[in-house]
Amino acid sequence: MTAFSPSDLLLLLPELLVIAAACVVLVLDPVLPSHLKDGLAWLSLGTLAVCMGLISSQMGHPASAFGGMVAIDMYACFWKLLLCAVAGLTVLLSYSYLKEERLYFSEYYAFVLLSLCGMMVMVSATDLLAIYLGTELMSLSLYVLAGLKRTEPRSLEASAKYFVLGAFSSGILLYGISLLYGATGSTRLPAIADAVAGRSLDDPLLLFATILLAVGFAFKLAVVPFHMWTPDVYQGAPTSVTAFMAVASKAASFGAFLRVFAEGLSGLRTDWSMIFLLLCIATLVLGNVVALVQTNVKRMLAYSSIAHAGYALIGVVATGRMGASGDSAHGISSVLLYLALYTFMTFGAFAIVAMLRKGSLEGEEIEDFTGLAKRQPVAALLMLLFMVSLAGIPPTAGFIGKFYVFMAAVEAGMTWLAVLALVFAAVSAYYYLRLVLVMYMREPASITADSPRLVLSPTLSIVLACAVAGVVIFGIYPDPLIQLAAQATLPLK
Amino acid sequence: MTHFPWLTILVFLPLAGALVLYLAKDTGARLIALAVTVADLLISIPLWWWFDPSSSQMQFAETAVWISSPKIHYKLGLDGISLPLVLMTTALMPLCVLISWRSIETGVRNFMAMLLIMEGAMIGVFVALDFVLFYVFWEAMLIPMYLLIGMWGGPNRLYAAVKFFLYTLAGSVLLLVGILVLYFYGGHTFDIQELSQGAYPHTMQMWVFLAFFAAFAVKVPMFPFHTWLPDAHVEAPTAGSVILASVLLKMGTYGFLRFSLPMLPDASQAFTPFMVVLSIVAIVYGAYMALAQADLKKLIAYSSVSHMGFVTLGLFMFNIQGIEGAVMQMVNHGITTGGLFLCVGMIYERTHSRQIADNVGLTKPMPRYATCLVIFALSSLGLPGTNSFVGEFMVLAGTFLVNKPAAALASLGIILAAAYMLWMVQRVAFGVPSHALLPKLHDVSPREMAILAPLVVLVFWIGLFPNPLLTRMHASVEKVITRTTPPTPATAMQRPDPLVRPVQSETSALGVMPQLGEGEPLSFTGVTPDTPEVRQP
Repeated sequence: MTAFSPSDLLLLLPELLVIAAACVVLVLDPVLPSHLKDGLAWLSLGTLAVCMGLISSQMGHPASAFGGMVAIDMYACFWKLLLCAVAGLTVLLSYSYLKEERLYFSEYYAFVLLSLCGMMVMVSATDLLAIYLGTELMSLSLYVLAGLKRTEPRSLEASAKYFVLGAFSSGILLYGISLLYGATGSTRLPAIADAVAGRSLDDPLLLFATILLAVGFAFKLAVVPFHMWTPDVYQGAPTSVTAFMAVASKAASFGAFLRVFAEGLSGLRTDWSMIFLLLCIATLVLGNVVALVQTNVKRMLAYSSIAHAGYALIGVVATGRMGASGDSAHGISSVLLYLALYTFMTFGAFAIVAMLRKGSLEGEEIEDFTGLAKRQPVAALLMLLFMVSLAGIPPTAGFIGKFYVFMAAVEAGMTWLAVLALVFAAVSAYYYLRLVLVMYMREPASITADSPRLVLSPTLSIVLACAVAGVVIFGIYPDPLIQLAAQATLPLK
Repeated sequence: MTHFPWLTILVFLPLAGALVLYLAKDTGARLIALAVTVADLLISIPLWWWFDPSSSQMQFAETAVWISSPKIHYKLGLDGISLPLVLMTTALMPLCVLISWRSIETGVRNFMAMLLIMEGAMIGVFVALDFVLFYVFWEAMLIPMYLLIGMWGGPNRLYAAVKFFLYTLAGSVLLLVGILVLYFYGGHTFDIQELSQGAYPHTMQMWVFLAFFAAFAVKVPMFPFHTWLPDAHVEAPTAGSVILASVLLKMGTYGFLRFSLPMLPDASQAFTPFMVVLSIVAIVYGAYMALAQADLKKLIAYSSVSHMGFVTLGLFMFNIQGIEGAVMQMVNHGITTGGLFLCVGMIYERTHSRQIADNVGLTKPMPRYATCLVIFALSSLGLPGTNSFVGEFMVLAGTFLVNKPAAALASLGIILAAAYMLWMVQRVAFGVPSHALLPKLHDVSPREMAILAPLVVLVFWIGLFPNPLLTRMHASVEKVITRTTPPTPATAMQRPDPLVRPVQSETSALGVMPQLGEGEPLSFTGVTPDTPEVRQP
């Protein structure tokens, strides 16, 4: 094991910056007079912008730090850029949202940053323990964020539920890590890969390690049957936090999960792909079918995000199945692409839900969207675009994402899985389109001052503009993102 | 051939127009929409002359790389099959804008924008030469159509809109799988022309055929998948019905002709009995249902099911007459049914009812209207001298060569068509009008005349001079036929005989027609035996 060198810290500069900014926010919060507290949001945003610049500059120069604990490769940079962008959007959205909700906690931004730092560690770590640390930092911050509406029982319930199940799943993950260490003698992914090569799941230790790791990650990814916490937490948490969880935490978990399974347990591909095939089918079926009967938009989007994890899993399964027949990098890059595109549409949809106000409350029932097209045509049009994209109808980003995932499935010789997933994509169109139907084709009974309407603000406009630009531009011209995703998968060989 | 990107302009001018619309108020939006659709029509018309009928190649082709990995191209082109359909689309769209001039009062800008987006997407479907590009256009029209039905439709519009959407989406998701499977079997390409030349294993062809069938049969719609059509037609605003009937349904049959037949020739042959049976059922059942309808739009909707049955029947005969007849019939159905729906829309604006019982005896108060209605009705039942006669006759002639019982059964559809159409005309045109309605029944305005007149002209023009149309599609259709009949020695020996000889009798049969019309002798170069040799791609 190589010794620590100070230059390693330089490679982790983005993470360090994020941590430093979080500390500054925490320290300044009690000191600053209340009219200056907005500055903390801008500070966070500025930090994220600097981080994104740094990460972009690291992209061409793969490096490894802390004796192989952390890799700064294209793969990590891809996820980190995505996560920083999502965190930036979250800060912007929260800026308006917290004011509307009268939640005056500047710690909020500190926790977003801390959670982001955890995610960044997750996606760049090449050691199981570092991954575990990142996961915990992310989760602990999210538990606090979920319970931020202290006066609302639903929010507290969400936080408590998330905490209990999150802690439980972290335990399982850790158990899996320790078993894997027992079976292979290392926690470093490259070493594990070497130890696992040529072995199969006949070894009970390896079998249990794989299953426990899979279950631990399945909890974090909210994959059926480990999804139970998702609808309640997504519904109860403040909506800006829900958006952050639904997008960033899912992306980071996928990032770590792919590294562990596609790199570390690469030798067991055919075995673990079987496990994820079952999870994938269950997720697609249950996520989409249960979403059909939801009346609350946040719950519907929660089930939709479960279903989308199912679509992304198709790429994972394809990766495992593609041995001789195809290029397994296609499977991984389709997952990366899917999650990157999923970010825009899901975040956009949640942003609209967050800022749709009924009187002083959140208008989060589907009924609250009735006649939105009449009152606020632009808001309705944006929501229409996000829904169409989530349903995977061209020419939007959602179609491109689905296209590549299905292509990977067909390439891996699992045409039947593509058929199944597409049938459920058609099912999903029903509930996405129901929102469109309510917005465009129903007349509200009466319009009063308390009728739901979208509260516009400059920061929200920026968020929506980014989201809709992503949905439309990458729907029409996805080539740059596709190439980026393809390059990002190269380190995982 | 010109290198100017005509097709790109044709596709994207309406889409750009849809954006520009929002700069204007409602009145301006109508004018802009009309200007854009007319401009699109004017751009498309010269293509008719610039098109080289002797070539089966794609013309006015444009290629650019769209996505680099896997290679997906932005590739457009026109051949003899897509040319008539593109022209039909561009010709109908200004009429759709005009018919909505007064009847759409709320959300005019949105409505016109939807029409323009539909136009761009529909033309895109017919000119796309990359399978993914095709799929993008094919799906992109779902949302505007959904909104057209759901926002401006009749009382039961929500049900109809959702039903339309889910039916067509469920069908087309399988198309996507079929496209992906073809990609991996066809040498990693989405290029439609390259895919149309590959040889694929039999089992794979069968599965992909079924996947394509799911998408195209729902769109056509073929018999068991037709139930969305009457609902959508009845509830849609007039322009929506016209687009649905005239263009959207053609996308299904176009799909069969462009993809299923040339890409999956073995499966197409294997599924022929199945397709023939479904077509016959659609012809007879659609006509039978049309007889029983009291609602004008429903009647026309079921007549569409019946007429589209002729198209699918002709396609799966794999001979010149059948397929050219089918393409003719696609265009004819677009014109005639479009005309009928426009007529219904006009009468609905006056009496606010589409029931036959509420709209009787229109000849006296509305003579010009009744004339047009009768012309379209006669065209719909395939009266010689009108456009539909040519198409249906060729389909039947083609069917007769291959499958005599099928031809006999399909002829039933024509008899029934005469029954339901004439019965409808008898009541609507020649009944005794109720006095309560009389004050509302003013004859067609100049605007409405401008809508109907071009279609009436087309009915007779194609009916009397089908030759220019047939010449243009001939080379492309032959190319499809060469693909579907494998060049084994046995078939190569057989082919010219049954295909060519009866053609002469057909030409002579059609030779009677000039007496009905202008006296110009007709020569069906499309079916005469002087070009029996087959152009290789």
